[in-house]
Amino acid sequence: MLAAVLSLGGIGLVAAAALGVAAKKFAVEIDPREAAILEVLPGANCGACGFPGCSGFAKALVNGSTAPSLCTPGGSDTVHKIAQILGVEAVTADPKVAVVLCQGDNRKATEKYRYLGLEDCNAAQKIADGPKNCPGGCLGLGTCARVCPFGAIEITVDGLAVISREKCTGCEKCIAVCPRRVIRMTPLDASTHVLCNSHDKGAAVRKYCQVGCIACTLCKKNAPEAYKIEAFLAEVIYEHHREAAQVLEKCPTRCIRDFSTGYPEGSSFPPPTVPVKPAQVD
Amino acid sequence: MNLKTFPGGLHPPDSKHYSATSPIAVCPLPEQLVIPMGQHIGAPAEACVAVGDLVKKGQLIATAKGFVSVPIHASSSGEVVAVEPRLHPMGKLLPAVVIKTDGEDCWDDTLQGADPAELSGDELKNRIRAAGIVGMGGATFPTHVKLSPPEDKKIDTLIINGVECEPFLTADHRLMLEESERIFDGIDILRKILGIERAVIGIEANKPDAIEKLSREGAARNVAVQALQVKYPQGAEKQLIDAITGRQVPSGTLPMEVGVVVQNVGTAAAVSDAIRLGRPLVERVATVTGPGIKQPKNLLIRIGTPLSFLVEQCGGLHGEPAKIIMGGPMMGQTQLSLDIPAIRGTSGLLIFRQEDLPKKLEAGPCIRCGRCVTACPIHLAPTTIAAYGRLDMLDEANAYNALDCIECGCCTYICPATLPLVQTIRYAKGGIMAKKRTI
Repeated sequence: MLAAVLSLGGIGLVAAAALGVAAKKFAVEIDPREAAILEVLPGANCGACGFPGCSGFAKALVNGSTAPSLCTPGGSDTVHKIAQILGVEAVTADPKVAVVLCQGDNRKATEKYRYLGLEDCNAAQKIADGPKNCPGGCLGLGTCARVCPFGAIEITVDGLAVISREKCTGCEKCIAVCPRRVIRMTPLDASTHVLCNSHDKGAAVRKYCQVGCIACTLCKKNAPEAYKIEAFLAEVIYEHHREAAQVLEKCPTRCIRDFSTGYPEGSSFPPPTVPVKPAQVD
Repeated sequence: MNLKTFPGGLHPPDSKHYSATSPIAVCPLPEQLVIPMGQHIGAPAEACVAVGDLVKKGQLIATAKGFVSVPIHASSSGEVVAVEPRLHPMGKLLPAVVIKTDGEDCWDDTLQGADPAELSGDELKNRIRAAGIVGMGGATFPTHVKLSPPEDKKIDTLIINGVECEPFLTADHRLMLEESERIFDGIDILRKILGIERAVIGIEANKPDAIEKLSREGAARNVAVQALQVKYPQGAEKQLIDAITGRQVPSGTLPMEVGVVVQNVGTAAAVSDAIRLGRPLVERVATVTGPGIKQPKNLLIRIGTPLSFLVEQCGGLHGEPAKIIMGGPMMGQTQLSLDIPAIRGTSGLLIFRQEDLPKKLEAGPCIRCGRCVTACPIHLAPTTIAAYGRLDMLDEANAYNALDCIECGCCTYICPATLPLVQTIRYAKGGIMAKKRTI
């Protein structure tokens, strides 16, 4: 009994001593700043910065090989905190969020054929260029929603992707997977958008979608600063997005939407509160 | 009878009774022919006629681009009224030549036939290429490429594919019964080009009349006939080689690796026409069938005939069509409408009504029953590859040999969870190929 206690206790003591020595001798030096930065990063490991996860980004920041502003999901708050830890000046870009430029769900836009295959937009797009007659419209099979690390994208019952302007952090993961390139980055404070992605002529668009842009140019006529029309599709010039909101009623197909009054039909997201950018003081 | 086969596969109801006894009828001339430039595997041909040109039947209207490509010819005489993108069976707008027929159906008189005995192998091969001949089984691989094995590959067997394992289709069956002379002549020409003696025609046992007829006629011409078990996909190239010769084509290689060249019976007949009569590939036999057609028929159709015209020739639609398939039900392509032209690979046109289609159940989770693994003629694990494909794990899908999948559809057919296995594997294959190209 005693022998057993002594021998096991002895082994324990020797091993503990060895571990203690090893911990001192082979200690890996960690920059305390790295841990501090990791603390303030969002921890979603979304990859928006281009590094493998938040820890990779933190390491690169300490090395000085990248800039704090790359963490778009963290927003200006995080960037300021990181800058403070690193003792550098914070440079923040204007925050941006993604928006789906389409509101032609299954009830408003017609289908070329009934798609019964794999629930994935990229797979559907491979079959006769997708089941919608519109070449640019949202397919609504949810590929973007599945890659969003922040749960900011929902698919409505009628098959349309809608992105919450409050949850979106601007990591652009959805843009990378969308086969129809219908998702675009827009300034967070711009709430007016032309929700159409079809470059077909007006007559063609009318045939397959009730809410598509027919390039009638009424928006541009009424607010020439705020809109441009390229290849039969109107687009908001985001530097002048405030003027853009003033001509909503003029659009005959109602494809221009002000998100501060609510998301496209069928969305469960509450209308977003759009941050107002402080007026520039000269 | 000694029936050979391959391991795996399955047996869907063959439904050939609709049209098996109807002799090949010549489809009348439509007012307009829409001839797409891409009708074969490989680079699409390039149109060499302009709007307003008058063309004769068999006249060259598009030239081949590259070795794996074939020229295209006018299927009837008339005036070129448009050279523009038209709806292709692939479901996309692709370049096509539109000919307004003049009703004369007059052959180009510069086309000259020849006696194959007086031509060398290379001359024969060049004529086959100039005639635009492609595999008529549906895959439309240019025939001259198959007949040009590299020096180091020794070919010893020519297999003629008369299996027609796709349900509903009876075009090859009727061709064997009615046009066996042309088929045997084509076989002789193919044997001369390859410089071999051994030729075997493979036919499924559900066509006893064709087996009997070709065995009798083949005995005198040194052509063997092998009866095969009725099983899908018995007519797939690699499965047919396995069944007849017992040789397995290694992963990622072509049949020439095991010394075999496979040609469809329709291709053999087209080769005979190309050499003896000098006539290019401008028509083929297609089965227009299915419960949505009033009088199912086997028709000799001109390439470019609109599908709606074929339906008219078969008594019209029987009820409201719900699904239109070009080719067989297992591997054929679903069509967007009937305003699409028939092409060289159109072995059939199938029309189903809503009540003929299975009720589509919501795809459920895989229950690991393993039926797809048992059915797969390539011995792949379809459910595993599909799972990787769904998650975009392309390297893993490739490690499970996704690229060897022949897309026969057995796994999707047998899946009790109604998972879209073939589509998912095809999606993964596309991703793997794209990745290989970029590296």
